Amino acid sequence: MNNVLDIVYWIPLLPLLGCIINGLGRKSLSKGAVGFIGSGVILASFILSLWAFFQVRAGNVHTAEYFPFINVGNLKIPFAFQIDQLSAIWLLIITGIGFLIHVYSTSYMHDEKPEHFGRYFAYLNLFVFSMLLLVMGANFVIMFIGWEGVGLCSYLLIGFWFKKKEYSKAANKAFIMNRIGDLAFLIALFMLINKLGTTTFSEIFTSASLAKLSGKEITAITLLLFVGATGKSAQIPLYTWLPDAMAGPTPVSALIHAATMVTAGIYMIARANLLFSMAPATMNVIAVIGIATALLAATIALKQNDIKKVLAYSTVSQLGYMFLALGSGAYVAAVFHVMTHAFFKALLFLGSGSVIHAMGGEQDMRRMGGLSRYMKITNITFLLGCLAIAGIPGFSGFFSKDEILAGAFAKSPVLYALGLLGALLTAFYMFRLYATTFKGSFRGTHEQEHHLHESPAAITVPLVILAILSVVGGFVGVPEFMAHGAHALSDFLQPIFKDSYALLPVHEVSHSTEWVLAGVSSLLVIATVVFAWSRFAKKPDLEAATGLGKVLENKWYIDELYNTLIVKPLNSLGSFLSNVVDRKIVDGVVNGVGRLVSYGGRQLRWLQSGQTGSYILMMVLGMVLIFIVQFFLRK
Amino acid sequence: MPINYYITLALCLFAIGVVGVLTRRNAIIVFMCVELMLNSVNLLLVAFSKMHHIAKGAAATAGTDGQLFVFFIMVVAAAEVSVGLAIIVMMYRNVHSININFLNRLKH
Repeated sequence: MNNVLDIVYWIPLLPLLGCIINGLGRKSLSKGAVGFIGSGVILASFILSLWAFFQVRAGNVHTAEYFPFINVGNLKIPFAFQIDQLSAIWLLIITGIGFLIHVYSTSYMHDEKPEHFGRYFAYLNLFVFSMLLLVMGANFVIMFIGWEGVGLCSYLLIGFWFKKKEYSKAANKAFIMNRIGDLAFLIALFMLINKLGTTTFSEIFTSASLAKLSGKEITAITLLLFVGATGKSAQIPLYTWLPDAMAGPTPVSALIHAATMVTAGIYMIARANLLFSMAPATMNVIAVIGIATALLAATIALKQNDIKKVLAYSTVSQLGYMFLALGSGAYVAAVFHVMTHAFFKALLFLGSGSVIHAMGGEQDMRRMGGLSRYMKITNITFLLGCLAIAGIPGFSGFFSKDEILAGAFAKSPVLYALGLLGALLTAFYMFRLYATTFKGSFRGTHEQEHHLHESPAAITVPLVILAILSVVGGFVGVPEFMAHGAHALSDFLQPIFKDSYALLPVHEVSHSTEWVLAGVSSLLVIATVVFAWSRFAKKPDLEAATGLGKVLENKWYIDELYNTLIVKPLNSLGSFLSNVVDRKIVDGVVNGVGRLVSYGGRQLRWLQSGQTGSYILMMVLGMVLIFIVQFFLRK
Repeated sequence: MPINYYITLALCLFAIGVVGVLTRRNAIIVFMCVELMLNSVNLLLVAFSKMHHIAKGAAATAGTDGQLFVFFIMVVAAAEVSVGLAIIVMMYRNVHSININFLNRLKH
């Protein structure tokens, strides 16, 4: 099956080509051509990914080595791609959702100037390329290239409308926060190279090579990798960049939140699952951070009024769930939730984009309302997305979230209870969002009301496709207790995680318990949905929040806290270094040397009088001096 | 005669030459003072040459190698004088003065 290797490199190469063509031709290509190339390359990648997926399903797992990338002494890092069950799933998510977002963008971004339109698609393609590199890399170094690439592209896209100062600040924030995580990742990488002399996954994750690491080293490496993941996947303490990333165009938010970027951390941990399974301490940290993030973000989302901000915090919260699953050792559940989350979060973001488009750029829910009358398709698809994310039985979110909660219950009932609380909060804020936006009466201006319309097909078709996926996507992972052997995803991923399962402590939960857990959570979620719906459909939450609500609206003042604790001291240190050390000391020394030389020159200039006599006099004096030295001082 | 006399005489001549060069403004006198210095050096060379050979016990006619330098110096000095006097003549034609401070203007 050599041809697999000959073809898979086209999967990332095509988006890169698209990026180059669109980037270079942004001034000469028409918008239609740019959109066609930009979406077409992703579609081609998607078809190739599908093909690769079926190859993998047929049992052809490959590692393709193309050329030596770094060869230094004993360290050999090849440029290699690994196509196995895990990367195949990610390939499908990235290119599939990515393609829909590209199609959507051709319509959503149509008002941009042609060169900005081309720039936008070039960035978008580059983003997909980086993410593909990240998941296809067969060693940590290639993964790191993609890792940095998505960081860069998120910076470029969040700051796409760079003329607005706050947007470019949000881009900087995303980039800098990611850098913090990247540093930890890099240190972990160096430790691996130092201890094992390789970064290739298939060489690291063998029992022989892992035996070389002591328990402390494994804990240190996994913790550092996890810090890297918190940066990219927006967990406490590095999550604040993600809500600010809403500054970018809405499809970009969808791409960052659903298909790419934020799932990178999950992917990395799932990839290194064997290493993590050997570090129980790290697993506990991950689970705690995950549930803490899920709850914190969910509470913040309760009181946000910007439609995209709610979705952003919901992403942070859902990512927290995925980390909870990873920390509980329920790796399949994490991957499953990544997949279903990609469907419904892309749907919700694109749906909110459709709403914002119709509202002429308005993002405040308090000025919306009653949109279901004007935008039928958006309304229905958005509702389906909300049902999916809330975890109503039968929708995709139910299956994945239920599996996570079951995994958490197996680890500790406390985690389960907190996770359930988070799920209820999710259901509540999502239906607050839905009811405020689509139900009740319209609260915007007359002009806006007159302008309201359903979006064109390029926007609604992706919405419909994603809505279908959000509804049925969960059936690839029907839990064992409902139907025996129906968890296709778990079977598919078996080869990736089987070594970890042997290591992890087994907490068997009986099927009847699982039925009870699923039943309890479903009932509570449905009750919450009904409550939120009835509470906000008629009388939306318009008053300024007070007390705890105000704290939530201001995001627990975490941004302010970071500002006072980190940003301000750093800024004052920076201005101290700039104003005092640089301007006074460094510049003083440099200018002082210059002044000294010119002062000395001015003084010495008087010697160069042009009077021959004085020169001779000096010669004579010099001679006399030498004589004196000779006669009197030498003895 | 002891060598000290020669040295003292040469030193005196040299000092007179130096002082003359330093203090006088007349180009010809400066020139003469330069010659004076050269000749004081010549005198010393001859004297030392002679003394050197006497000390080694050679014949009184020997010891001409130091004196050869003197001839070279005289030749060079003669050439220098001819060039220098030519310059002074040209200078006099142009500025009607042989004050060496006039040469200052070359720097402007």
